[in-house]
Amino acid sequence: MGWAIALHGGAGVPYSLPPERRQPREEALRHCLQIGIKALNSKMTPLDVVELVVRELENIPHFNAGRGSVLTNKGTIEMEASIMDGNTMKCGAVSGLTTVVNAVSLARLVMENTPHIYLAFDGAEEFARQQGVETVDSSHFITEENIERLNQAKEANRVQIDYTQPIYNDTKSETETPFANGDSQTGTVGCVAVDSNGNLASATSTGGLVNKMVGRIGDTSVIGAGTYANELCAVSATGVGEVIIRGTVARDVAALMEFKGLSLKEAANIVIHERTPKGTVGLVAVSAAGDIAMPYNTPGMFRASATEDGYSEVAIWSEPIIE
Amino acid sequence: MGWAIALHGGAGDIPYSLTPERRQPREEALRHCLQIGIKALNSKFTPLDVVELVVRELENIPHFNAGRGSVLTNKGTVEMEASIMDGKTMKCGAVSGLTTVVNAVSLARLVMENTPHIYLAFDGAEDFARQQGVETVDSSHFITPENIERLNQAKDANRVQIDYTQPIQNDTKNETEPPFANGDSQIGTVGCVAVDSNGNLASATSTGGLVNKMVGRIGDTPVIGAGTYANEFCAVSATGKGEAIIRGTVARDVAALMEFKGLSLKEAADIVVQERTPKGTVGLVAVSAAGEIAMPYNTTGMFRACATEDGYSEVAIWPDTKIE
Repeated sequence: MGWAIALHGGAGVPYSLPPERRQPREEALRHCLQIGIKALNSKMTPLDVVELVVRELENIPHFNAGRGSVLTNKGTIEMEASIMDGNTMKCGAVSGLTTVVNAVSLARLVMENTPHIYLAFDGAEEFARQQGVETVDSSHFITEENIERLNQAKEANRVQIDYTQPIYNDTKSETETPFANGDSQTGTVGCVAVDSNGNLASATSTGGLVNKMVGRIGDTSVIGAGTYANELCAVSATGVGEVIIRGTVARDVAALMEFKGLSLKEAANIVIHERTPKGTVGLVAVSAAGDIAMPYNTPGMFRASATEDGYSEVAIWSEPIIE
Repeated sequence: MGWAIALHGGAGDIPYSLTPERRQPREEALRHCLQIGIKALNSKFTPLDVVELVVRELENIPHFNAGRGSVLTNKGTVEMEASIMDGKTMKCGAVSGLTTVVNAVSLARLVMENTPHIYLAFDGAEDFARQQGVETVDSSHFITPENIERLNQAKDANRVQIDYTQPIQNDTKNETEPPFANGDSQIGTVGCVAVDSNGNLASATSTGGLVNKMVGRIGDTPVIGAGTYANEFCAVSATGKGEAIIRGTVARDVAALMEFKGLSLKEAADIVVQERTPKGTVGLVAVSAAGEIAMPYNTTGMFRACATEDGYSEVAIWPDTKIE
């Protein structure tokens, strides 16, 4: 078998996404996929590859991570990420970052340079300075689009999964949960990879939810929810963070494979289509055998994948754009 | 079937030589908290209310590493975390980085019930606590002389410890040994799981974390699926080395083994603790929808207690010494 890689830029994309919004994102996915492909062909480890690809996704302002992160209810940035190495099952996670350019890299440093797995808020920011990672003024991460999203959410008095269309009149009951009103959603970026020896790794990064409460942590930094990797598979999830936490999504894919003997595709499909509410979750996953699965129960999911034999794909809705 | 309840005050290298003056208050506290849980279940409180109530009680007792009695960060401060989960609805709540909130588990419940979120941390969580009007005190309230001593010992040894310590023997081991592997006695966390006669399950866990932890360090206790989990099969609360519990998705795995492999609670819990996590790192308490109880641990001991509606009750620390 050869290597395999899959990455996502968030689940929840509406069918009505206009071309001027769609094309830069397709291009970005293609670009990040190429970076991952080159890295795997250069024999970089899957752990290095997923970090590299997620850094790239974080730097692209079109996705909800790093630059382009959505804003809290106070208009601030709080970024989080996690990374996991399937071989060793070592992992790292960070939350509440405001100045760190690449959250996924800080998560890796927590994993490698501390006796801990997870650092957050002031402690994480301090650690970033000790480690000398790149930090900038928080305004660097804020985009016009996200200021607009926050304004819309505040007007509608709603917490949103970041991606929004112009909002329709919300005539639904006020007691409806904030996520159930059909708002389009793009959550998070992530990457999973496996090399020809079956070594697996996963990484995920996000700005969280539009109009979230300050201090709110989602699935992306919760090992077993947004990110998971072991000797069977590597998984990175996206969508409604609370659903992913409750559903222990990333862990469940691996658990179904291990405890029920299912294939990657079967396990991933069951988690997405039978164990989480429609309209809330997507994931990318690779197995030790080189399988890829990218199921989602939302209208679309920004995604891309490739295998060493030369196959590659970039897609948003059901029909992939074969590269 | 009747109701069942189990609670813990932490797993670790609790020495058999634990002196009576250190052992008895903790046994008494476990007995006391068990009684509170038993009364509540007999009064038809929901399991969710019961686990919150019992964990609040454990948090208030300074002998355990949660609430008052929490261990200290490397800066001598307190950062508390907790989580709670309702097996029926699978709603959950979690908090981290609390410094003034008297009962972290109750704040976790308020996150679950009064916000669209699951998990709030640090300043945002403290802000929320004030909005909700929960009891807050000066952070010094939580700090005990015992924990100041533990921190000093850990700093002297340049080591992060799971909270419980004995007077430290000369540490002649290699300096590059990972901080957790030196056999230091450990007690981590408090927790409670309960099931009523209808099979409704709930779990809650609370902690001060690790002695000498980095400021901002989050452990397994607020990580749903690691330290706390409940669904329609079982409710689980774990204790021990947070990093091992996170990596091992301990609480979730017990339920997953039951659901996906059809194992019993005891089988699932034993496999997770004895076969899937490193020795000396983990313990847990769990109850199933059928009213079974499991309390396995791979450490020297685990402060624990359990009871069932038929009148059985038990308080224990090590494998052979059941106190009642």
